Amino acid sequence: MYGLTALELARIQFGFTVSFHILFPAITIGLACFLAFLEARWLRTQDTVYRTLYQFWIKIFALNFGMGVVSGLVMAYEFGTNWSGFSQFAGSITGPLLTYEVLTAFFLEAGFLGVMLFGWNRVGPGLHFFSTVMVALGTIISSTWILASNSWMHTPAGYAIVAGKVVPTDWLAVIFNPSFPYRLAHMVIAALLSTALFVAASSAWQLLHGRAVPAARKMLSMALWMVLITAPLQAVVGDAHGLNTLEHQPAKIAALEGHWNTAPKDDKGGFPLIVFGIPDMEREETRYAIEIPRLGSLILTHSLDGQIRGLKDFPKEDRPNATVLFFTFRIMVGLGVAMILFGLLGWVLRRNGAVYRSRAFLRLAVVMGPTGLIALLAGWMTTEIGRQPWVVYGVQRTSDAVSAHAAGPVALTLALFVVVYFVCFGVGIRYMLKLASAGPAPDAHPHEAPSYGPGSVIPAAMAAACAPNAMAPHGHRES
Amino acid sequence: MGINLPVIWAGLIFFGVMMYVIMDGFDLGIGILFPFVGDRHDRDVMMNTVAPVWDGNETWLVLGGAALLGAFPLAYSVLLSAFYLPLMFMLLGLIFRGVAFEFRFKASDRSRHYWDAAFTWGSVVAAFFQGVTLGAYIDGIAMDGTTFTGGALDWLAPFPVFCGVGVVLTYAFLGVTWLIMKTEGRLQWTMLRVTNVLTGVMLAMVAAVSVWTPLTHPEIAQRWFSLPNLFFFLPVPLLVLVSAFGIYRALRNHPNVSPFLYALLMIFMGYTGLAISIWPNIIPPSISIFDASSPPQSQGFALVGTLFIVPIILAYTSWSYYVFRGKVRRGEGYH
Ligand code: HDD
Ligand code: HEM
Ligand code: HEM
Repeated sequence: MYGLTALELARIQFGFTVSFHILFPAITIGLACFLAFLEARWLRTQDTVYRTLYQFWIKIFALNFGMGVVSGLVMAYEFGTNWSGFSQFAGSITGPLLTYEVLTAFFLEAGFLGVMLFGWNRVGPGLHFFSTVMVALGTIISSTWILASNSWMHTPAGYAIVAGKVVPTDWLAVIFNPSFPYRLAHMVIAALLSTALFVAASSAWQLLHGRAVPAARKMLSMALWMVLITAPLQAVVGDAHGLNTLEHQPAKIAALEGHWNTAPKDDKGGFPLIVFGIPDMEREETRYAIEIPRLGSLILTHSLDGQIRGLKDFPKEDRPNATVLFFTFRIMVGLGVAMILFGLLGWVLRRNGAVYRSRAFLRLAVVMGPTGLIALLAGWMTTEIGRQPWVVYGVQRTSDAVSAHAAGPVALTLALFVVVYFVCFGVGIRYMLKLASAGPAPDAHPHEAPSYGPGSVIPAAMAAACAPNAMAPHGHRES
Repeated sequence: MGINLPVIWAGLIFFGVMMYVIMDGFDLGIGILFPFVGDRHDRDVMMNTVAPVWDGNETWLVLGGAALLGAFPLAYSVLLSAFYLPLMFMLLGLIFRGVAFEFRFKASDRSRHYWDAAFTWGSVVAAFFQGVTLGAYIDGIAMDGTTFTGGALDWLAPFPVFCGVGVVLTYAFLGVTWLIMKTEGRLQWTMLRVTNVLTGVMLAMVAAVSVWTPLTHPEIAQRWFSLPNLFFFLPVPLLVLVSAFGIYRALRNHPNVSPFLYALLMIFMGYTGLAISIWPNIIPPSISIFDASSPPQSQGFALVGTLFIVPIILAYTSWSYYVFRGKVRRGEGYH
């Protein structure tokens, strides 16, 4: 297809399917923790606003979770269908990790999800809360295993190569490989931050349209606290992550900084931070560079005259694509800085209640809504494209990882995935946005008794009377 | 060596895939049966019988894949590449089926039928391609040493296609008996009538596979029909007959749980028969579980946790089924 090889098609397919997938887990992780918090507050304070919010967000959570599951299923099979060289070579490490993920996380999430979504009137409040917590815990455990696996591919440790295959020698070293703690922290914070921005945007939209005012204020306030805390934290963790990468994958850092030349040993000038430019892989230079002297040294070596290796130090065939990395990295960091400022602005405006009234701020909050997910995708692109041309860094090349398919079948399935993902997930995301902008049903509405709520067991007769609604509580406010 | 890791792992994967076949079998069966029930509220009931548990049921499929990757990486990479297209089609079917659970209840009255169709066709496609994969698996994989040498369309042959249809019918069979247990009134009546027909169809199919496989695969015939074996394996076909007989008898009274239990027995026996035919290979016709194993460090590491965690999983999964026990009634949307 268009002269692409099976390898290129498989890479596009993997990038496409995983990029869709990761959006859903990010929101699942964040919302599951948010829901557990809301339910805890409700049980403690008996303030109905928390119950209203719980019932509102769980509908969005359910939709999002369903899409996370089906897109994740694809990922678990793609390793074999598209990357059989990789699975044969490294399956002895990634396989057991994935097995543990299924056993300790996926089953936990799925087993308690039913009770969480549909069990409000079937189990006591304590057990229901327990189920919510188990689902939230499952999402965190899931991140831990999959990131152990992914980090191992970046910074492999605890293995030997016997007869052309990876053999694990030390499982603790495999799991706690050098980049794992940073990646786990950075990813979980990214999920919380992205969800907080999504919640803030939803509540800001509702306030702009005068809907569900008390509940919307409450969640806007909660979301803004979350942004205020996690956004700066993310920058600190990201900085540490970068230093770790500099140690283990120096070519990646050189590429994302657009840094080509290694300075001579006695150079004391430091190196600049390139704010903008276009790294050119052919000409081996960053064109149109706008630089801030010494700032690069300060960030990456935490001193004014430190030096790092330039991309020319690495053989051409081992260089990642600097042109792409330079930009994905700047998108992530730029948005991260914007989030920090946004959190501070919300903090300042909170003083006199302007956060809830200033239409300019509320509009800004709506605009900031998707930035978390955009930064998250940009971050993953930086990490993964920066690992190229390796699939297991320094150990197996991506070109040896791919299955021996002809281009035809891979092109066919890629086309099908694109169509199906845009149709299914497009519709699903539309439903999510529709729900999020409509806001929770006002509590005092006589005809819309919450169909689940502790102590609000609907009498059977009434349930039958409003059967279509009771069947579809999710759809209440859509008509 | 005291414990034989490859054998234990083969047993665990056998168990995991069986759990998947049974549990996602009745979920998919409900989708396959959707077209036979026109009434919207009846369809709501059908879907609500599995809405709280389908995700957990599908997780067994993920476990099957992950455990295969961890314990038999060679088999995982060869089989999944060999069945590239059928598996991809299966995944696409499962996507439509999976999102339909949520979307159907969110859709407006005008667009709901799209998601009804997605649910049905997603289920049919997923089931059919699972069957195709199974058939092609039994037929064996073209290998040279440890590399797959077949083509992308090798699965497009009469036997795999027949197995595809067979699995669709099998899941429908599990689905109707499940619904007999979970519903009442007119809907249950419809299901009883369908069961009557499907049981006969099932028997015919089992018979067809039992003749077709040994005829085309002498080594499988050898395994079943050589002498001491025949006596050991005889209970398998006999129990299939017993379960069919049990269902017919139950249908005459007013049954509830029993058809489903008999259906489970029948499926379990068919599945065991398959394992008998293949053992000890994991990539038929020639690569055994011992050739395809990952190193003992991997199998051992994963085994410790698996033996410890699977009982816990079974415990809370049973609890979840217990919470949602009993008949699902119209209008009682716990959705
Ligand atoms: C940081 C977290 C994270 C990352 C990087 C990934 N996932 Fe994921 N995945 C989750 C976090 C998650 C989750 C939060 O646990 C999900 C999201 C929604 C859900 O149901 O669970 C999930 C669902 C999910 C499922 C469905 C589970 C079920 O049936 O319940 C599978 C099979 C996978 N994932 C597999 C993968 C693979 C093979 C990945 C690597 C390419 C991957 N995920 C990346
Ligand atoms: C979840 C967020 C993730 C995103 C957005 C992401 C993104 C990408 C992208 C864009 C590529 C293609 C790179 C290229 O070809 O230039 C890729 C490759 C790959 N990633 Fe990730 N990735 C993610 C997580 C993971 C995880 C958790 C794993 C493993 C457990 C993983 C394993 C791989 C593999 C095996 C490839 C091989 C294909 C290749 O190297 O091109 N990825 N990923
Ligand atoms: C503001 C300062 C930030 C800095 C300095 C920073 C730094 C980094 C670095 C250096 C990497 C690449 C690590 C590697 O490949 O080895 C990375 C990856 C990543 N970033 Fe950031 N980041 C920042 C903000 C953000 C924000 C705001 C988000 C999302 C909300 C985010 C999400 C991610 C993700 C998902 C990855 C890929 C996973 C990983 O490698 O951990 N980052 N970040």
